[in-house]
Amino acid sequence: MSWLDVSITAGIWALEILAIAVPVALSVAYITYVERRVIGFMQVRKGCNRVGWAGLLQPIADGLKLFLKETIIPTTANKLLFVAAPVMALVPALVAFAVVPFGETTLFGVWETAHVMAIADLNIGVLYVMAISSLSIYGVLMAGWASNSKYTFIGAMRATCQMVSYEIAMGFAIVTVLMMSGSMNLSAIVHAQQGGFWHWYLIPLFPMFMVYFISGCAEVARTPFDLIETEELVSGYFTEYSGMWFATFSLAEYGAMILISLLTSILFLGGWYAPLPVLDFIPGTVWLLAKTSFLIFVFIWFRATFPRYRYDQMMRLGWKVFLPLTLVWLAVIGLAIYTPGISDIINFWRPGVGA
Amino acid sequence: MIELGFFYLFSGLAVVSALGVVLSRNTVHSVISLIFCFFNAAALFFLLDAEFIGIILILVYVGAVMVLFMFVVMMLEVNFAGLREGMLQYLPVGGLVALVLFIEIVAAAGSGVFSPTGIPDPGHAAQHVNNTVEIGKLLYTKYLLGFEIAAIVLLVALVGAVVLTLRVRKDAKYQNISKQVNVNPDDRMRKVKM
Amino acid sequence: MSLLKRAVRTWLLVELFRGLMLTGKYFFKKKITIEYPEERTPLSPRFRGLHALRRYENGEERCIACKLCEVVCPALAIIIESEERDDNTRRTTRYDIDMTKCIYCGLCQEACPVDAIVETQEFEYASETREALYYTKDMLLDMGDRYEEQIAANIAADAKYR
Repeated sequence: MSWLDVSITAGIWALEILAIAVPVALSVAYITYVERRVIGFMQVRKGCNRVGWAGLLQPIADGLKLFLKETIIPTTANKLLFVAAPVMALVPALVAFAVVPFGETTLFGVWETAHVMAIADLNIGVLYVMAISSLSIYGVLMAGWASNSKYTFIGAMRATCQMVSYEIAMGFAIVTVLMMSGSMNLSAIVHAQQGGFWHWYLIPLFPMFMVYFISGCAEVARTPFDLIETEELVSGYFTEYSGMWFATFSLAEYGAMILISLLTSILFLGGWYAPLPVLDFIPGTVWLLAKTSFLIFVFIWFRATFPRYRYDQMMRLGWKVFLPLTLVWLAVIGLAIYTPGISDIINFWRPGVGA
Repeated sequence: MIELGFFYLFSGLAVVSALGVVLSRNTVHSVISLIFCFFNAAALFFLLDAEFIGIILILVYVGAVMVLFMFVVMMLEVNFAGLREGMLQYLPVGGLVALVLFIEIVAAAGSGVFSPTGIPDPGHAAQHVNNTVEIGKLLYTKYLLGFEIAAIVLLVALVGAVVLTLRVRKDAKYQNISKQVNVNPDDRMRKVKM
Repeated sequence: MSLLKRAVRTWLLVELFRGLMLTGKYFFKKKITIEYPEERTPLSPRFRGLHALRRYENGEERCIACKLCEVVCPALAIIIESEERDDNTRRTTRYDIDMTKCIYCGLCQEACPVDAIVETQEFEYASETREALYYTKDMLLDMGDRYEEQIAANIAADAKYR
């Protein structure tokens, strides 16, 4: 491998990374806009519609404002960690996108076989996503501690407990998917759901789908689990942040929201496959993004509908409801696979895995 | 060539961050150095084609164990100046232990077991070899007993930790959530005939 | 039976879905937002906005400098000085209202025996300086001249309730 080859490969990788990171950053900006409009509509208001046509330039105006604002570092803060914390929160949220497959393409017939559109089609993609997304806790924890304020610290403690608790339920929900698909490769999981919505894991794993999505809600601290940024904590762990560093935190939060929606579509909603085989003429990526957008809409819908959980209620839901539920369903799926009569039914969703 | 470069990069960073763990005056900085050290160790596993072990190292140690570590360290306020006071007093014993360990490491490294002839380079596995599957096969066949014993030990430790720390305080008031959730409006309000 | 019903309702998240349906329904409802500079809400004839000093139809100012408004003003926002005019009537030489002090209670309007001082429906007089909010007699008379029609209509509309 000559240095030229190496640099060409590196250049292609850089382009691939840009092709994912830039749309993610843009969609984060526009999700804030959609969120304001949708919540406004649900509250019988019009939402922001002043800047640009129908308010479409609002995110850009907001971004500019945050960019030009002064970044204040409290005098008693640990300066190094205070500055590093938003970056630590943002990096995992973006790095996790590396293994997400966005569809399959033959590049308009240039390649003979269909290639998976992912930066890295890892064999352990699911584990990678879980490992990387669990790292975003450090940004929160460090922000809370480095600000040297009681509110941020309590907010960070709550956030940590919440993320650690719900990661377990999420992990077990994913394990049931792995039992069905027999692979930890995200594109293989999608392939196993080919051929119409009755092949999606949504049907045999419906409770796990609910657990995964609701835990995802808790994981990214969206309403009704946003008690880490409540009013009584003066907006939690990022109380002391302002300007661009503050924006970095919301960038991370919304990035994680996109990631959870993408993964839910991939794990349970058949990824890039159309709900009916007749609709296959529409490109797979469109389907994947449509499913993801719908789930993001549901996130916003939740925010417009549900009141916030109390801390002990949230902990109870995670440990006493979701964890046992996932364990029970794990046993149900395991038994179903190895019980002679029922295994035929369950193997309908496990093409090439059973027997 | 590139692989060797990456090996030296990651192992060098691992050594530097390990030194950071010991030498840093701020405990939180120490914990962060340790996290960084784990990352580099995971990267070394990746270089050895052991992606499952590497990612599990990140998931378990960085994602869970170190979070709890950091949690505890942040809440404690340790007076390190006070802890350092008796340093000179313990230096002879500590130095001796360190020396013995160092000699052992040198002896082990020089014994030939870890030399290229002792451990032949396995080369790289083929692209389609999935080491998650291989580890699973070994764990659930050859090492099943050991695996199950480890699981039992962990379960006992888990229950033990709960038993040791669980205190039911009679004077504390807390809400029974399932009672709150299952409230029925008919039970709350009663029409009385006057 | 009721236990079973409750269990089903809990585990199928019935109440949560009902809540989602409700907000989902409101998503399509007609929006009630009024986009202010272009659209305005209707104002009551009793609306208490910026003050004005009125004149009679022949151009004579109504105010007779009785100073009842100055006395009744709870915020001490009105300052009046008066003198005898050439035709031996008592008239104000100074009639100032400090809008930064005024609480828009409308007591001056109630107290006035000749309907001279009134509050108009004008509420867009924000300024960048405090000085601009200090209204002198000339400014108030000017307000009255400009809004006389509206003021008269509002007083007529409200007359039967007085």
